[in-house]
Amino acid sequence: MIRVVLPPHLRTLARVDGDVELDVNATATQRSILDELETRYPMLRGTMRDHVTQLRRPLVRFFACGEDLSHESPDAPLPQAIAKGSEPFVIIGAIAGG
Amino acid sequence: MSKVRVLVGTRKGAFILTADGARKRWKVSGPHFAGWEIYHVKGSPVDQNRIYASQTSGWFGQIIQRSDDGGKKWNTPGSSAEELKSPDGTSKGESNKFVYDGVPGTHQWYDGTQHPWEFKRVWHLEPSLHDPEHVYAGVEDAALFESKDGGKSWNELSGLRKHDTGPKWQPGAGGMCLHTILLDPQDPQRIYVAISAAGAFRTDDGGKTWKPINHGLHSEYIPDPAAEVGHCVHRIALHSSRPNTLFMQKHWDVMRSDDGGDSWREVSGNLPSDFGFPIDVHAHEPETVYVVPIKSDSEHYPPSSRLRVYRSRTGGNEWEALTKGLPQRNCYVNVLRDAMSVDSLEPCGIYFGTTGGQVYGSADAGDSWKPIVRDLPAVLSVEVQTLP
Repeated sequence: MIRVVLPPHLRTLARVDGDVELDVNATATQRSILDELETRYPMLRGTMRDHVTQLRRPLVRFFACGEDLSHESPDAPLPQAIAKGSEPFVIIGAIAGG
Repeated sequence: MSKVRVLVGTRKGAFILTADGARKRWKVSGPHFAGWEIYHVKGSPVDQNRIYASQTSGWFGQIIQRSDDGGKKWNTPGSSAEELKSPDGTSKGESNKFVYDGVPGTHQWYDGTQHPWEFKRVWHLEPSLHDPEHVYAGVEDAALFESKDGGKSWNELSGLRKHDTGPKWQPGAGGMCLHTILLDPQDPQRIYVAISAAGAFRTDDGGKTWKPINHGLHSEYIPDPAAEVGHCVHRIALHSSRPNTLFMQKHWDVMRSDDGGDSWREVSGNLPSDFGFPIDVHAHEPETVYVVPIKSDSEHYPPSSRLRVYRSRTGGNEWEALTKGLPQRNCYVNVLRDAMSVDSLEPCGIYFGTTGGQVYGSADAGDSWKPIVRDLPAVLSVEVQTLP
């Protein structure tokens, strides 16, 4: 079970409270987590990555285990702590603007 | 007794203001989509319960929201709880997917170089006059999209963006946005749009082909003031009984056309400033027009710090200031292009919202005004539904 922390605006959009728990039937990567997240919450498609290019939106970041993984390959395996669910995969809206 | 529903989009959410036909006591609901920029909220003219909203964010992009119960509940189209439960898996999560048709070309950038078209947000949603499932979207970078399934999916009417003049279009200060969509109530094949800063365009074949309709516009801020395109048109309005007569608030100048935009003439007349953003027409008097003069393009507040709506009962040129109930000193708000609308009651009601968060209403065609709300976030858009 992978735990995902969504930013507050996306929690509201997806109508979830607290962390999201996902079963990902593949190696835990940014792509496999986002694929599963978007399958379960289709209203989130396009909000974290571009519909067509699948590139991360510029002001969305991915944190895990105290690291900013935003610039890692979307297909790079994530740390075991994420795959096991002991640490959450954190999606945040970067601090910018007002 | 009739009712009025005022749909307000702001920098930090949407608000719905409702009153009975007397328009004296108002209920306020909201914020809907709290914290998001709501560029536009508009109801279907053929289904009072169907409302579309453009929700946007620099972080998370564009969201389309839809209500089927008059604004109480909202869903991204195709993602309602009922649809997500459906066994056929119909939800594809594409209600916010705005993809330009083909390879996007380039338009002129601020520095004069060519820049590729990039989708940013939906500025304006225009529901069809005939079908609540059919809705048009004017977007930044400028293009026109339509949905025929209630906003679940969108296709570009790309004949507009691919017009020969496209590489000459350029962004205004607010971006290169398609902000005005007027549907001809007598000819379903005719649509008018306006783009900052390209100008006005018309299609007579339902959106396949388009022609610039800017003859007679004169803009000193572009190299050729009478160019075919490049004009910063802020807003266009028409009266449903005379769809060939158009009124335009340009960056500077208030203009009028009586031939469907083929030619324009200035009707600024005695206005204290002919710069401004919104323009609208009285619901029952096609020659009665409203504007809100703003001091200048570098000082976006009312002349003499007095908030005045100006009304012409002669289709332009002769304007009277409407001040009763509006602040007449120390007022430095702006009224944006989509932030004025009229109801169709008798007498006609007029509404507008300010960047200071006030929404003013007049239940007597502009003779007197009262604030319905005073302290909303900056108002981006105001639309009105007149309900039976």
